[in-house]
Amino acid sequence: MKLSKILKNGFLIVVACLALSACATSKKSTGQMQGDVYTGTDTVEYLASGVPDRVFFATNESVLTTASRETLRKQAAWLRKNSKITIVLEGHADERGTREYNLALGERRANAAKDYLMTYGISSDRISVLSYGKERPVDSGSNPLAWSKNRRSVTVKAN
Amino acid sequence: MKNFLITLIIILIPVKSFGLIEVDITRGNLNPLPIAVSPLSIDEESRKNFENILKKKNIGSEISSIVENNLKVSGLFNPLNKDAFLQEPAIANLKPRFEDWNLIKAQALITGKVSNVEEKLRVEFRLWDVLAGKEMMALAFTTVPNNWRRVGHIITDKVYERLTGEKGYFDTRIIYVAEEGPKTQRVKKLAIMDQDGANNKFLTLGNELVLTPRFNPTSQMVTYLSYFRNLPRVYLLDIETGTQEVVGDFPGMTFAPRFSPDGKKIIMSFAKDGNSEIYTMDLENRIVEKITNHPSIDTSPSYSPDGKFISFNSDRSGYQQIYVMKSDGSNVKRISFGKGIYGTPVWSPRGDLIAFTKLHKGKFYIGVMRTDGSGERLLTENFYQEAPSWSPNGRVLIFYRETKTDSKGKGFSAKLWSIDLTGYNERQVPTPTDGSDPSWSSLLSN
Repeated sequence: MKLSKILKNGFLIVVACLALSACATSKKSTGQMQGDVYTGTDTVEYLASGVPDRVFFATNESVLTTASRETLRKQAAWLRKNSKITIVLEGHADERGTREYNLALGERRANAAKDYLMTYGISSDRISVLSYGKERPVDSGSNPLAWSKNRRSVTVKAN
Repeated sequence: MKNFLITLIIILIPVKSFGLIEVDITRGNLNPLPIAVSPLSIDEESRKNFENILKKKNIGSEISSIVENNLKVSGLFNPLNKDAFLQEPAIANLKPRFEDWNLIKAQALITGKVSNVEEKLRVEFRLWDVLAGKEMMALAFTTVPNNWRRVGHIITDKVYERLTGEKGYFDTRIIYVAEEGPKTQRVKKLAIMDQDGANNKFLTLGNELVLTPRFNPTSQMVTYLSYFRNLPRVYLLDIETGTQEVVGDFPGMTFAPRFSPDGKKIIMSFAKDGNSEIYTMDLENRIVEKITNHPSIDTSPSYSPDGKFISFNSDRSGYQQIYVMKSDGSNVKRISFGKGIYGTPVWSPRGDLIAFTKLHKGKFYIGVMRTDGSGERLLTENFYQEAPSWSPNGRVLIFYRETKTDSKGKGFSAKLWSIDLTGYNERQVPTPTDGSDPSWSSLLSN
């Protein structure tokens, strides 16, 4: 818990620096996105030390990126070590889509994460899936960076 | 609700329509018809009596104001300022002095009378063609006093129908999602109100997330999505009794519900293992049928008014597009081929058009196309808007619009808007809180 706070604060400072230097040169918010997939950590929380709780997606996509797969492997290792823990995978979409389609897309994203965890030995009995569509954004901004943070699947401890 | 109107005695005096005024609603009306709505006259005893019951000083003028507001909001009429009226309401209702009304450029005139008959509200009204100097329509009906707002809506429906040749949409209600709180933690409740925003009532408390309520076209039932106990499921709600039940026994999320035109089935999506398919459930025998079968996202289904076809959106081509199929799931055809992505198809109650949401180059549009996909017409463009729902006469669409937040993520709002099929007369629909996901009821009285 503490570590995550420290990491968060540390990151805020980095972001501030980035923002300043970005303003000096151009208006692009680079450094936190690859393509349109979020690569930063300022919304990320940790299930355990070094185990991030969420993965991010490209617009309209449910394909797991290399970074996402790495995160999910860490989650799988943590789940194998803590075999009593059950989880909910909460799938989300950004605000730039119709409500009903986004519900389906959130479900598809959470299932992409579920499938990957299962290939790393986590039983489907321990995983439930819940789509929020675009109903629970973490960032209320109306810009590409905010949207990239909101396209996510978050692993939440259920017990 | 229908029983509320105790009696609707129609004394329709048939008048040959020829030569009389007509309003063309098929094009954007840039010259709304000047109409004078003379306050309904009321005798002093009835006035006092209704003041006691309804706490309204003059129920006759109150009803006239409702008519006036409806006519104005329709965009087809221009109700004239009452200060210019020369004739007393009671006298005008007997025999208008057409020269006086002509003088203030009124082309049509509504007059009428309210009285208290055995504790009931009795209303009669007349529609006059000022230029021709003729009565076009006369109607009278009796109802319980509490229905006074509906009386105004019914009068408007009759006037609208007489002058445009099409059914009105004023004695109707809107069910929608009332929203409050920060964008990241919106509290959402089901709410219902009259078409003009009056009589707003919340139907849920906001303890769980609720989305996409839709009216049964044949009764006062509503289907919607609720996250009760964190299980997103389609529910059925009787808005008169307040009873609720889950629709079907699905092992996962059900969403995007709508009724069939006969009100006997619910069509919806069921998501499982990353795949959303369309299902129907018969409300009488509870038989569930799977309609689509494709590994893509198939959702937002909507029946044609004859029940023979279903439109829906699917991303089977790579992006969300609109498809039409027979109601048994056969003959699936893509109909949207324009640039951009397309969603939320809804079949017009007239059967000839499908309204949709379109996203193209970062802008959202509400538009209509014919049911084969031809004749696409975009009605309105905005930062974000979606989910059109048709007025029962198929002339107006209601939808919701969300604002772009500022650089600090502040300034978010969601509001209901309406626009005529012509692309004119775009208006915000008043709601006490923010609102989204509107659904328009059928006419309450027919």
